[in-house]
Amino acid sequence: MKKMIKYVITDILRNKIVIAYTLFLLAISLSVFNLDDNPAKGLLSLLNLVLIIVPLVSIVFSTIYIYNSSEFIELLVSQPLKRKKIWTSLFFGLSGSLTLAVLTGVGIPIVLYSSNITGLVMIGMAALLTIIFVSIAMLAAVITRDKAKGIGVSILLWLYFSLLFDGLALFILFQFQDYPMEKAMIVMSGLNPIDLGRILILLKMDISALMGYSGAIFKDSFGSNLGFALALLIMVLWAVIPNWLSLRKFSRKDL
Amino acid sequence: MIIASNVSKQFGKLKALDNVSATCLKGECIALIGPNGSGKTTLIKSILGMVVPNSGFITFNGKNILHDWLYREQVGYMPQIGKYPDNMTIRQVISMMKDIRRKTRAEDLDEELISSLGIDKVLDKRMRTLSGGTRQKVSATLAFLFKPDVLILDEPTAGLDPVASEILKEKIIREKGKGKLVLITSHILSDLDDLITEVIYMQEGRLVFHKTLSELRSDTGHSKLSKAIASVMLKA
Repeated sequence: MKKMIKYVITDILRNKIVIAYTLFLLAISLSVFNLDDNPAKGLLSLLNLVLIIVPLVSIVFSTIYIYNSSEFIELLVSQPLKRKKIWTSLFFGLSGSLTLAVLTGVGIPIVLYSSNITGLVMIGMAALLTIIFVSIAMLAAVITRDKAKGIGVSILLWLYFSLLFDGLALFILFQFQDYPMEKAMIVMSGLNPIDLGRILILLKMDISALMGYSGAIFKDSFGSNLGFALALLIMVLWAVIPNWLSLRKFSRKDL
Repeated sequence: MIIASNVSKQFGKLKALDNVSATCLKGECIALIGPNGSGKTTLIKSILGMVVPNSGFITFNGKNILHDWLYREQVGYMPQIGKYPDNMTIRQVISMMKDIRRKTRAEDLDEELISSLGIDKVLDKRMRTLSGGTRQKVSATLAFLFKPDVLILDEPTAGLDPVASEILKEKIIREKGKGKLVLITSHILSDLDDLITEVIYMQEGRLVFHKTLSELRSDTGHSKLSKAIASVMLKA
């Protein structure tokens, strides 16, 4: 399996998109921190970039990569290798190289300019979101045979998680504004890894007071160490469950 | 060696394999013949575990292949259309396969075809730049490289030039002589005459007959395989 991960990573590094992505993240992070003297402000601007760009690049790149390596996968499947190992190696190769890109592109500037707990949480969230969206992309790619359809599904999923979901949550909030919705909102935020990541970072920034009453609710439930651990666990589940589903699907797929 | 029992496979509405049963033994050289879309490649891919049958099972040396993957160490497969990672060179593909199969010692390898097919002269070309014929040559080299007990060749001579196809045929005959099981599909029946010992004829996903070459010859009264098969196809 180590060998296959090695082959996947060298293959990914050979097409230079991941390197370009690293440099792009590096340029954005450095410029954001240099725009203002206050690194806390820079971190806040970086937050939105991380929450939008990292999932988008992870999901689109991984989907396209899986489709483009269909030949490689076909070649490996006819060899004495366990299918589960092939798929897991692809997962580790993809999430490994993309996480590395995020750690270099976002992690190094944050450590240089704002190495406090908030910064560390943001680096962690960026890495976790990368892994989650690689896992979701692989599920989308294994379910749809058609390449264009699979990439479309991936982009729609990203759109859903980063835009549509918030709209939906607001809609539900307004419809049920006469009822106490605090508990329901906390459960709903667990349905979206991007939201969960955003909440966890914002809580560490100590500006949750700005978010009003719901901020206080979130602070109350996710602010404690137990709440934080629980939220992290939910995010890990977001990476594990799609991965498990795609693994099951792939081990019976016709090639 | 390979036994398929009541294997069925459906792709949507299309029945690609319909209750196919076959037994292939060591030392045999079996031709899989049938019109386009008769399920030959699907059968081969089922044997390799690339396609999972809807019902029925396939055993390799007495073991069900469904949850086993190590049996593929003993199989050399040459696909109909060789697909390889585009931006790897031939050398990288070959060394990757050696690495994956954990066979790097010279005595475990059969590198004869690399030189006889002229692959050694183009080792540093990237896979995407190769012509169809060169791709076929790479596929052939990889199929024979690990001295497998079973050779599964899907249209081995299609796209090869006459010289290369002759070299490949001689290689197949020599390997057959070593007591290996060889499964070949081909539409160029004249290529098969001096290779095969048995014929499996398929049509619309069903196995129509499985006979030895001499049986087929005496049943149809033709000594040439192409004529014999043509008379079978006309009757059907």
